[in-house]
Amino acid sequence: MTSTRREVVPIKTSADVVMARQKVRQWATELRFTLVDQTKLVTAASELARNALDHGQGGQMMIEVLNGTARTGLKLVFEDQGPGIPDIEQALKDGFTTGSGMGLGLGGSKRLVNEFDIQSEVGKGTTISVIRWK
Amino acid sequence: MEKIPILRMGPFLLITIQVDMHDKLALQLQDDVTQRISEWGSTGVLIDISSLEIVDSFIGRMLANIAAMSRVLGADTVVVGMQPAVAITLVELGMSLPGVRTALNVESGMELLYKQRNLAGVDHDLHQA
Amino acid sequence: MSKLADIIRRNEDQIRAEWLKNMSQSVQRVDLITKSELDEQSRSLLAAIVQGTAVDESANLTGKAWDKAKNLLQDISVSRARQGFKPSETAMFVLSLKEPLFVSLRRELSGNPNDMFDQIWLTSLLIDRLALLTTEAYMAAREEIISRQQQELLELSTPVVKLWDGVLALPIIGTLDSARTQVVMENLLQSVVATNSKYAIIDITGVPTVDTVVAQHLLKTMTAARLMGAECIISGVRPQIAQTIVHLGINLENVITKARLSDAFALALQLSGRTVTRISSATPTPNGDASSVLPTAKKEG
Repeated sequence: MTSTRREVVPIKTSADVVMARQKVRQWATELRFTLVDQTKLVTAASELARNALDHGQGGQMMIEVLNGTARTGLKLVFEDQGPGIPDIEQALKDGFTTGSGMGLGLGGSKRLVNEFDIQSEVGKGTTISVIRWK
Repeated sequence: MEKIPILRMGPFLLITIQVDMHDKLALQLQDDVTQRISEWGSTGVLIDISSLEIVDSFIGRMLANIAAMSRVLGADTVVVGMQPAVAITLVELGMSLPGVRTALNVESGMELLYKQRNLAGVDHDLHQA
Repeated sequence: MSKLADIIRRNEDQIRAEWLKNMSQSVQRVDLITKSELDEQSRSLLAAIVQGTAVDESANLTGKAWDKAKNLLQDISVSRARQGFKPSETAMFVLSLKEPLFVSLRRELSGNPNDMFDQIWLTSLLIDRLALLTTEAYMAAREEIISRQQQELLELSTPVVKLWDGVLALPIIGTLDSARTQVVMENLLQSVVATNSKYAIIDITGVPTVDTVVAQHLLKTMTAARLMGAECIISGVRPQIAQTIVHLGINLENVITKARLSDAFALALQLSGRTVTRISSATPTPNGDASSVLPTAKKEG
């Protein structure tokens, strides 16, 4: 798979979370994702960016276009140097059910993308990559 | 600092969200709504999200919170105009916003609020300050 | 200098004549392709092979010299697929070139058996590989047709019908998988907005089985509709499906279901504050039947 363009967006403030959303929206529109796919990806980006800010003490988001052999996709990587997630499996389960729980929005975000990868080390930080194919 | 405007329409409050809200703005809105309900004795809150292209878990929680807090203060909340793509995404995210009544548009939302008000037999004198 | 290229050049007409003659009637398919078209295809293919082997003596087909032959075969396969040829027929078209080539090789290299063997082996490999290309090209073309048809079928098979002001119906025919559900969901929700309909009846009479997956898909659709301010009613629930649902323990507490579409429609009308009344016509019809009617739906409240 050869990838072409990429961009890095800092996530340090809540305004940055909005910026991250808008960037992803921009790229997804350019690549002509369907409206529903765009909405899903931008929403996932919002969740993950907010996580990086609120739980990861700030970090960054990288956007990259993936030009696969038969398909095109958008890859987002959220990286922070925060406290890390001790129990990833549990975190993925703590999705939102009634909308009143705290949760990390991870489980939900996972359902909004095609590929989801999470690496986290307590004390070191967390890196989450997601891919949405066209 | 920018705020989301809250309009008073008789016994109800009308809130039209047209900007991509950052978290602080959303929290501010929650505060403002509860303030206004107390101040004006409103019995209904109508939130128009027909311009919102993204509703993530934070905004979803904000809507649910507004509905819950308003209820405690004696007002009903109706969220109207959710876009199809947003609805599909929220469901996938796992949010069903229980406790939040919804309607297709402002008109039917108002109808719903009036119906609720009549059922509750509420009759406020709205000309108090 | 390639022996094969030379030999073909020298004997081109004869090789081509024998090739066409040897092609059995079934491979020629005069019903699908004209004689001149067949002539043209064999002429160009032979020329492309000469071009390729003149530069690249191996039977590898990876070198640039073989691009022309590969592209030509791709085109021939695709056009023949469209014309209705079976993939084996197109492959045979290429494979039947072997015999005339071997005959020429034997004649020209009769004095040197080792050489002859080598060339024959090389030629055989070459023709085999070229024939295989046609089958691959055929399959790729079919895949594309199938996926396009699937898409069209998906779109055609989920119509949305407006039953009344504010009441929509979605008759679903066929199995409900993830892809289909997405389409159904989007269709339904967009129609709800476009027609301002508060009630959407999802009729599953035409859905053969309902398992937990299908049920989940339906529930998702209904939740999304509810978030937008519309209500869904499921109709067309057949007895077997009702049993399956109970057996599987699927929770349909918040779901309104009806056995028949007509019942669902009546319910939707009722929920939206309407009833259907019968009015008798003022004058009897020619049959003398005074109670023939035009039911109207009156709005109440």
